[in-house]
Amino acid sequence: MAIRIDLPVSEEAIRALKVGDDVRLFGNIVTARDTAHKFMIEKRPDWLRPILAGTVIYHCGPVMKRLKDGWRAVAAGPTTSAREEPYQGTVIGEYGVRGVIGKGGMGPKTLEALKQHGAVYLHATGGAACVLGDAVKSVEGVHMLEEFGVPEAFWIFRVEDFPAVVTMDSHGGSLHAVVKEASGAVASRLIHGI
Amino acid sequence: MALNLTDAFLELIRRASSDLPPDVERALVAAHRREEPGSVAKGALAQVLLNVKVARESSRPLCQDTGTNIYHVHLPASVPHGKVEKAIVAATRKAVKLNYLRPNAVDSVTGKNSGDNTGVGQPQIHFEQWGKGHVEVSLMLKGGGCENVGRQYAVPDAETKAGRDLEGVRRVVIDAVQKAQGLGCAPGSLGIAIGGDRGSSYLLSKQQFLRSLDDRNPDRELAALEKRLLAEINELGIGPMGFGGKTTVLTVKIGKMHRLPASFFVSISYMCWAFRRARMTIRGEKVTYGY
Ligand code: SF4
Repeated sequence: MAIRIDLPVSEEAIRALKVGDDVRLFGNIVTARDTAHKFMIEKRPDWLRPILAGTVIYHCGPVMKRLKDGWRAVAAGPTTSAREEPYQGTVIGEYGVRGVIGKGGMGPKTLEALKQHGAVYLHATGGAACVLGDAVKSVEGVHMLEEFGVPEAFWIFRVEDFPAVVTMDSHGGSLHAVVKEASGAVASRLIHGI
Repeated sequence: MALNLTDAFLELIRRASSDLPPDVERALVAAHRREEPGSVAKGALAQVLLNVKVARESSRPLCQDTGTNIYHVHLPASVPHGKVEKAIVAATRKAVKLNYLRPNAVDSVTGKNSGDNTGVGQPQIHFEQWGKGHVEVSLMLKGGGCENVGRQYAVPDAETKAGRDLEGVRRVVIDAVQKAQGLGCAPGSLGIAIGGDRGSSYLLSKQQFLRSLDDRNPDRELAALEKRLLAEINELGIGPMGFGGKTTVLTVKIGKMHRLPASFFVSISYMCWAFRRARMTIRGEKVTYGY
């Protein structure tokens, strides 16, 4: 059974999550990728704080369609999270973000920040852009669209039943580290015969 | 009615972006069947398969990263390259407007997105003149996430103790997949080239993705290595999305070319599950599509 998470979410609810948990998100999430992360660290804008507090950041550069009175997410799957590793821990602490959705997992700095501040890493299915885009029920706003372009802007998506798996939790658990270690042992046997 | 070349290419782009070749989809269905019931790996593959269906039915991009658009065009001497190139560029711009493609071309110095998915080297077009009377085009959309985990080894390689033989190739390929983990949206497909120089080697590795997943390598030794590597890589247990599981790669394809006595390159290109390839044949005014 998937666990329902309503956003914004409390630290307590996030700390209750464990690696392997299947979750479904409801509420507002905010896209941010490379340019946005650099911006969050270098400019630390105050207008962004209420938008991010208690919610989750989505590593995503969507395909967006302009409608008469707004926007629609046509395709919105996750992008590789590892690129934000230098920034993520600081962003989580600075803005009170409770989680990050992406793909591929993140490194030790982020894992430490998840522990310290009470946040989780949520893995969405890489490439499942239509299914995930359809979970975006409306676009509540967009920031820095002119400056960053469509894929890099901060899009505020209201999602319903957005599926993801907890692969890094606030207790130091990381599915990525476990799989890497186990596969590393097999690889070394296959390569070196030991 | 005269053939509108731009529209013909636009349809090729739509097909490539919103559908998977049947051989790839079959392999994903088989992978889904193999995973443990209730596992996150099986759940991820179920979402992938649902996504393919939704994209196909709504002509939307399978994945929002519509990738480097790589064209291989075979054409007779009577068809000017320039005309084809112009049609491809015009179709690309239209495809962005219709949301078949994402504006995906960024100036490497200024960081500015061109906004229409065209620029220097995008789309990437390889022309080859041939003796036949018709035009044949293949289009591959190669996503960035999986491109980033590609690797090239100059063997001998100290870390893997890989020498200049097929055993050395086997070692570095396993090493590359282990280092990629689930990053390129596994389960992926491997295109491998042995030989050439750095540039031609990478190109040949990508051209392996133009082969059907179900074909057989005409070179017996390479066919045997493809089979062995497929089994060994799936033993790694990296699984869909790197969640752990039975299928890490769907296929392994290897090509070879001559090399200099001084060099021995092994190039490994990784194609994500969103393995987008489409083909088009133009005979006179008649256009047909395939994979
Ligand atoms: S690696 Fe492939 S499936 Fe994954 S996000 Fe990139 S293009 Fe999409």
